[in-house]
Amino acid sequence: MKELSLHLLDIAQNSVTAGATELELSLVEHGGVLTMTVADNGKGMTAEFLANVMDPFTTTRTTRKVGMGIPLFRMAAELTGGTLTIQSAPGVGTTTSATFHTNHIDCPPMGDLAGTLALFLQGAPEAMETRFFHETDRGRFELDTRELRSLLEGVPLSTPEVALWLRDYIGENEAALTS
Amino acid sequence: MKSMEELRAIREKMQKQMNIRQDDPNAIRVVVGMATCGIAAGAKPVLTAFLEQVRLHNLKNVTVSQTGCIGICQLEPIVEVYVPGEEKVTYVKMKSEMVPKIVQSHLVNHTPVTEYTIGAAE
Repeated sequence: MKELSLHLLDIAQNSVTAGATELELSLVEHGGVLTMTVADNGKGMTAEFLANVMDPFTTTRTTRKVGMGIPLFRMAAELTGGTLTIQSAPGVGTTTSATFHTNHIDCPPMGDLAGTLALFLQGAPEAMETRFFHETDRGRFELDTRELRSLLEGVPLSTPEVALWLRDYIGENEAALTS
Repeated sequence: MKSMEELRAIREKMQKQMNIRQDDPNAIRVVVGMATCGIAAGAKPVLTAFLEQVRLHNLKNVTVSQTGCIGICQLEPIVEVYVPGEEKVTYVKMKSEMVPKIVQSHLVNHTPVTEYTIGAAE
């Protein structure tokens, strides 16, 4: 994973697997510290599973016994002097939050956040609503799939034309926040 | 700037086509593996390229969707193409540059690009 945005996509896929109907993705950047949070109302994890979830040899997958998503995200955060925390309860949901010191030489670039987010929304279940916000010293950008869906009147977010529009739309708003 | 007005225009255009794309038993399905392995190997630009090519060719009978780990992580990015009535075709070690050829040859002309398939890789 060479880009922080890819980690965001990867962790958000866990929320899809957990059957979440509500997902919040947020990026908050102030004073050289970036906090990335993925919060869902999915099925959550037991205390026992949570205690082992940082271990790459813990996974819900049945095809094999390794799960690299969370360990890689944690490593990326810790390499910058940041941390990764997970709060979870069965039936309530999971909140994964990582902090990055963005001026640290080992901090990966954000990468193509707009393209990544648009693809995530393209592939996410219709039954899941996602709210994204990005806050920096320059301002705030927020996106809610509820609003998009009400405007789209039944045209799914998976439609290529919609996903590509979304990529450009997010890209322009993100550029205003970070340039 | 991109505006919500543009999204409204896309909606109006798509609503006319939607009945064709959804619930069509003859619809071709393109499925891209987007688990940790796929993402790390570069599935994202591949998926974007499929969306762009489907839009470019205005293919109304093609849906592009995502799935988790397909199980052969060393061959990621992996793309599966399901054409009704034909055998599933699995493309491996995908790059976005390979996508236009697959769309033109396989999705439009129903001729799989054999050299990109799992059969050729193994």
